[in-house]
Amino acid sequence: MSTPQVLFAYFAVAMTILSLLVVTRRNPVHSVLWMLVLFIHIAALYLFLNAEFIAAIQIIIYAGAILVLFLFVIMLLNLRKEETEKRFQKQWLYSIAISVLFVFFLVLIVGNITVIPPPGPYTADVIKSEGHIMTVGKVLYSEFLLPFEIASLILLVAIIGAVVLAKKRIE
Amino acid sequence: MTGVEMLIIVIKTVIVVSVFMLHVMYAQYFERKVIAHMQARLGPMRVGWHGILQPIADSLKLFLKEDIIPSSADRPIFYVAPIIGVIAALSSLAVIPLWEGLGVANLNIGILYILALSSVGSYCVILGGWASNSKYSFLGGLRSSAQVISYEIAMGLSLVGVMMMAGSANLSDIVKAQSGHWFIWYQPLACFVFVMSAIAETNRAPFDLTEAETELVAGFATEYSGMRWALFFMAEYAGMFIMTALGTICFLGGWNGPDFWIFAYVPKIVWLVLKIYGCIFIYFWIRATLPRYRYDQLMSIGWKIFIPLSLANIVVTGLVKIIWK
Amino acid sequence: MNTANYLVDITMIMPELTLICVALILLLLDLVVKNKEVLAAVGIAGTLVALYGTYKLFVFHAPQSVFADMFVLDGYSNFFKLIFYLNIILTILISLKYMTIEKASFGEYYSLLIFATTGMMIMASAADLIVLYLGLELMALSTYILAGLMRKQLRSNEAALKYFFLGAFSSAILLYGISMTYGLTGTTNLREIAAALQTLNIMESPAVFLGLIFLIVAFGFKVALAPFHMWAPDVYEGAPTSITAFMSVGPKAAGFAVMGRVLFEAFGGMQMQWNSILIPLAVITMAVGSIIALAQTNIKRMLAYSSIAHAGYMLLGIIAGTPEGLASTANYLMIYMFMNIGAFAIVIMLRREGFQGENLDDYMGLAKSHPLASALMLIFMFSLTGIPPTAGFIGKFYVFMEVIRSGYTYLAIIAVIFSVISAFFYLRVVMYMYMKDPKEDVTLTTSSTLSIALAITAIMVLILGIFPSFLLNLVRSSIPG
Repeated sequence: MSTPQVLFAYFAVAMTILSLLVVTRRNPVHSVLWMLVLFIHIAALYLFLNAEFIAAIQIIIYAGAILVLFLFVIMLLNLRKEETEKRFQKQWLYSIAISVLFVFFLVLIVGNITVIPPPGPYTADVIKSEGHIMTVGKVLYSEFLLPFEIASLILLVAIIGAVVLAKKRIE
Repeated sequence: MTGVEMLIIVIKTVIVVSVFMLHVMYAQYFERKVIAHMQARLGPMRVGWHGILQPIADSLKLFLKEDIIPSSADRPIFYVAPIIGVIAALSSLAVIPLWEGLGVANLNIGILYILALSSVGSYCVILGGWASNSKYSFLGGLRSSAQVISYEIAMGLSLVGVMMMAGSANLSDIVKAQSGHWFIWYQPLACFVFVMSAIAETNRAPFDLTEAETELVAGFATEYSGMRWALFFMAEYAGMFIMTALGTICFLGGWNGPDFWIFAYVPKIVWLVLKIYGCIFIYFWIRATLPRYRYDQLMSIGWKIFIPLSLANIVVTGLVKIIWK
Repeated sequence: MNTANYLVDITMIMPELTLICVALILLLLDLVVKNKEVLAAVGIAGTLVALYGTYKLFVFHAPQSVFADMFVLDGYSNFFKLIFYLNIILTILISLKYMTIEKASFGEYYSLLIFATTGMMIMASAADLIVLYLGLELMALSTYILAGLMRKQLRSNEAALKYFFLGAFSSAILLYGISMTYGLTGTTNLREIAAALQTLNIMESPAVFLGLIFLIVAFGFKVALAPFHMWAPDVYEGAPTSITAFMSVGPKAAGFAVMGRVLFEAFGGMQMQWNSILIPLAVITMAVGSIIALAQTNIKRMLAYSSIAHAGYMLLGIIAGTPEGLASTANYLMIYMFMNIGAFAIVIMLRREGFQGENLDDYMGLAKSHPLASALMLIFMFSLTGIPPTAGFIGKFYVFMEVIRSGYTYLAIIAVIFSVISAFFYLRVVMYMYMKDPKEDVTLTTSSTLSIALAITAIMVLILGIFPSFLLNLVRSSIPG
């Protein structure tokens, strides 16, 4: 195996283990911390794709803002009771069985893929020569203009929703 | 990458980190002296000439002190919290360009890298506060988490103007773009917002509500002692250096200095260090002058003034760039 | 790929832009205007303007795709947009008085309805999986919020939360499907996917099939196909009734719109494969919807199961696999909108201060005290069952015809059997109204807007039942072969 392959294998395995840790921890703060580590691994994986901008954004937005927000909420809630309760429903064994079966099929199917589609216009060399931020910016504001604007609309609706559901109303 | 290249990087890193740690140690001495003189006192005078060896004595004391861990603390997190802060601050050093071509790494996303690490660094305060299992620490951690989210946005947005001016997020390129005029003249608003956010981000007075000793004993660090407390301390001062370095590079022309007469022969790194210390002095000056903000005031100026201001700054910068093109 | 191109493209999304502007104006108007009826009027007016815009685009522009082939304007999308416009207008009409009674008459209600409608329109026009996903999220996020709008009521909170969790889950599955498809074909554009499947010759590949399954499962969640229907009864029961009416038509129609487009345009050559999933799904859906509905005593839950069963019938049109079949599904959705919103309008009439009016028992002897309302309910129930001369019959008939023409006679027979079973619970409501004695006096909450909505829906159900040719011509010309 070449170095990138070894590194990728490490990240893939580590990310799987970390995700398991996130969902199995009793203490929600510990879950959040494992998620932080997980996000940093994901960011590293983006670096493999020469997507340095996305990697930085991954950490700034997810680790820096969203997870801090999670922590903030978890700290404000009193979760002492939840910590002592059972972590999973009774059916967890079935769920695991189905998941394992699914993974088995997935490996079987994905392992047999022989046809690889032709690469698109944004190869690693193009990104290197132009700079990742520049490439992302150009694509985002030309080809993907419409999706980009719709995404902003979705965020707006999310803000409205938060206000509608949480605001105190004088009745 | 060959072994020699790797070795060079390691040596560079070791040099930068050790010199930096020395500066961090003496920044504290500098602060005590500055504030003392502003208050018509003398400050540390006993150890060495004018107390010059005080930081070394302090370090020794902290190092030998008993390490107390509260019995109901969340131990793993309690241990990890201060280390996260120090690592994040020291890693940020990697992309700071000290001179043309002189720096550990030259990243294309330098600014974003520093922002990312500063947001990771904020975990040290939040987690330290939470893991101590004490209400003062907890309140400190809680305040810090809200403060960090709010001011990170303002800081990131204020730097967007700079990136637009320079057309790059690479710190070296940004400095080169300022060889004529510093960006502070083009981006005064962004500079103002950045300075305020940097103070809030590093939890310094007048925004030091996370440790507010009059209300919260010592805030997030209440339960920490000895070496662990020293790590928090280091993280805070290292954070200050990183922020001032970022500010210097983005607004004050980085290593650019006067280019005539004997000044032209001065190594450019001196200008950078001088500017950084100038900014650090401003930090202390503000601390000695201004009273602490109330928490709700802090949040409302963050969200209602700084963020809209920096957004407006981006719009105006963009418009001007289009019109002048 | 210059910017000037995209400025021209903006004309093509004018209806959507109009709706977004109206939604934003409503948010601001809410601050100054205290009378919510004004907001509703502005909302309806804005929708009509957008409707006019769609009409203009339909008349003056040939079908075309804009924004780098991500957004298409064709008869198919326009027909579905018509459904969405009518859906939102009728919903606003039936909700004015109701939301005041529920103490949830917020100005944001109308803007969220419009945002949801915009999302559906984007879905109907999406020619790219990314745009499709984003439109779906826009619609879904707005409806999650709308479902939880009655903040003081536990079941509304429960509805919103369940809808949100399962919706998020289905989004994840959709994204998984999209990423698998993208990984195999190297594109997210529907037409290019079809081309890539051809040129790379991977139609038989199990991996493509897996991606297809994920996509179908995700769409199945949105249109409430069994076994992905679990959320529907609880959400339909807990959400405000007007929103239940809105949700049972809008997202379902949008879900079918994207399902039809994705299956026909991108996976058109894989009909064998997708039918092997869709046929069992359709049978299970019809069975679950019709049989479980028999046991319901809450009319909203009953209508929820009924809407699941109807999703099964609609699916038959897609299974037929012809453009005609797709047209029959679209036609069914249009008819379903009228009869379903009509039925919910009657449910809303029974709701008044301090009285839920959602139990079947509440309908006992309604015909004696309120003959007109009962007669209308009778029409809607007949139509939902599919009894001529109501529109419901035409919808079902057309779908069954198409599925028989494609050679799935047994499916049509199964569907007819379940229709007969479903007659039991629809007609039970009628029986309660006409043949039982009233338990207590029921007073109906009426308002002028509600009456308008009832008049429109009832007339349309009858007219389309007796003279269906107009709608059939419209849908056939919109979805040409």
